Amino acid sequence: MTATSPAPAAVADAVASLRVTGKQLQADGVLTLELASPSGDRLRDWTPGSHIDLILPNGLTRQYSLCGDRWDAGSYRVGVLLEPESRGGSAYVHDQLRVGDLVGVGGPRNNFPLVPSEEYLFVAGGIGITPILPMVHQAELLGAGWRLLYGGRHRSSMAFLDELAPYGDKVLVRPQDEYGLLDLPGFLDEPRAGVRIYSCGPAPLLAAMERTCAYWPPHSLRVERFVADDAGAPARVAPFEVELARTGTTVTVTPDVTVLEALGRVGVEVLSSCRRGVCGTCEVTVLAGRPDHRDALLDDDERAADDCMYVCVSRSRDDRLVLDL
Amino acid sequence: MTATVPTGTTAPTSDVDPFSHDVLEDPLPMHAALREAGPVVFLSRYDVFALARYDDVHAALVNWQDFQSSAGVGLSNFRYEEPWRPPSLLLEADPPRHDAPRRVLQKVLGPRALRRLRDGWAADADALVDEVLSRGTSFDAVADLAATFPLRVFPDAVGIPQDGREKLLPYGDHAFNAFGPANDLVARGAPRVAELSAWVNAQCQRDVLAPTGFGADIWAASDRGDITPEQAPLVVRSLLTAGVDTTVHGISAILHSFATHPDQWRRLREEPSLARVAFDEAVRLESPVQTFFRTATTEVRIGDVVIPEGRKILMFLAAANRDPRRWADPDRFDLSRDPSGHVGFGMGIHQCVGQHVARLEAESILTALARRVSTIELDGPPVRHHNNTLRAFERLPVRVALD
Repeated sequence: MTATSPAPAAVADAVASLRVTGKQLQADGVLTLELASPSGDRLRDWTPGSHIDLILPNGLTRQYSLCGDRWDAGSYRVGVLLEPESRGGSAYVHDQLRVGDLVGVGGPRNNFPLVPSEEYLFVAGGIGITPILPMVHQAELLGAGWRLLYGGRHRSSMAFLDELAPYGDKVLVRPQDEYGLLDLPGFLDEPRAGVRIYSCGPAPLLAAMERTCAYWPPHSLRVERFVADDAGAPARVAPFEVELARTGTTVTVTPDVTVLEALGRVGVEVLSSCRRGVCGTCEVTVLAGRPDHRDALLDDDERAADDCMYVCVSRSRDDRLVLDL
Repeated sequence: MTATVPTGTTAPTSDVDPFSHDVLEDPLPMHAALREAGPVVFLSRYDVFALARYDDVHAALVNWQDFQSSAGVGLSNFRYEEPWRPPSLLLEADPPRHDAPRRVLQKVLGPRALRRLRDGWAADADALVDEVLSRGTSFDAVADLAATFPLRVFPDAVGIPQDGREKLLPYGDHAFNAFGPANDLVARGAPRVAELSAWVNAQCQRDVLAPTGFGADIWAASDRGDITPEQAPLVVRSLLTAGVDTTVHGISAILHSFATHPDQWRRLREEPSLARVAFDEAVRLESPVQTFFRTATTEVRIGDVVIPEGRKILMFLAAANRDPRRWADPDRFDLSRDPSGHVGFGMGIHQCVGQHVARLEAESILTALARRVSTIELDGPPVRHHNNTLRAFERLPVRVALD
């Protein structure tokens, strides 16, 4: 069950290190990465709208939406836009990351799930197409009614046009230099019940979506905001200490083992099940220190509370974590 | 049913009936024989393929792409046969339709949601144990503890009314029998199906459910649009179907394990925090849910055997949980073992969504018992309850000594 590949020096997670198996330019400034397990194992399951945390070999963590095929259990695909203001995340991916490199992966987590509906309207701006792409495939699969309005600066900067082409006139491709700003009221039409509207893109687009949808029934609109390129703190590659409050024992966790394994080595058996950050069995209460959450369970608010962690995959951002064990 | 071994397979064939009373009384010899026969065994009596080794059962459980659930997780193939009730949105569904109901219920029953229940359930367990012990030190651990405690706390947590709760166990018992063949066990439950189903369905309606609880949380999710209003009652139904019998038999299993392993009871008393591990070890050993089926969505190769598309595959969770290839000394109930990774709750996207609820119920009752009871032993032979899917006790006479 356990992967036997050597722990990469710069990736502080022995469980979820994936290898870059493909790197392909999709449009001007947009490339896709294919990721797979070095041992060929199944990857954690995901649903449309999910993102992963990519922990780059330079220590930076970035979040990218999954835009591949969930029926392919062996690989993930993410789309990465080269941000002009990049502080080392997207620039690293574009310029330095190579096929064969190992990267750390947290999640997948889904803050933007596709809920059941008879009809969907999708509005994507630029790289915001990445979470929407698997959603339109899914809407099609479910036989739901759907249309996509896809905007970008120029046609040449808009990714996945080839993959969207088979959907014909369900997809409106509207580059700004040809059509001007997106005509949201024209696309959405009159407010009505029974429609779910999904939008991802730059902040001005999402603000315009919220204004345009103000008179739609509550919960009609669901949006995902881009996380700023400098949001993620560098992932920790140095060992850290875990103090067990009930016994006073301290355990050092080195980059090549999980917290769960490190606890087991000193005789503290924490019950676990999936060992992939999915089932929630190994939840431990955190009394002090900030965990580096790598699970697929906690939402953003729960993560920010820093009051619990799943020790099968999650680690530490601080030198020391104090656990209620 | 005529047994036909599809051409091209090299699977060993067995004519064993896993749903016969002899096997249900003691399935362990059959499990061992199936594990030894090979990674895949063709069961000629039912025209299905069986997996009994840990690695193969685990691999099938996590691989929802090749092993589908929406054709039914019992013997009946929904591609050709009408289900006895509208299929479950969770257990009998695949992605993408499975996504939203699963996401909602996983949140409603998540470990964080359960923190609210912990103190109350601990007090309820103490009260029940006091009640039972005040009547005497010899009792039926099934009737007095294992069946009583879940029926006391779980329906309250869901938010269904008091009236009619005695219908939950027979309803669940029939639902789990219905995953097997149409044998005498199914026939015995059939006369009450209409009555029990009507009652259970009525409890799933919004105006019947309490304003707070798992049921109300599920309806609140439909208000937010996370599931549809048509899905909400079926998600509540999943709680009422799968959340009672399974837990009752899980608690019976742990009480039986302790009653037959006095040294392990002493260990638990010395270290009450072992209650969680103990319950999972008992779930591993006993596997209250013994089996589930899947259906191949494509030609699936396991070892040298190719299972054709559309064929049913019977996964023996119980056999996997005692596979010596995975577990050292697998038949031993041992609190020093790490039972993590057992498949008693399944694995993958369909893994028991109520597992944290079950653990909390078991932990509550074990902790309460360990506080007062110094020894627990059998007070007569246990009597098994036969079910096509569940491993259960009808009676478990025990005698305890108090501090």
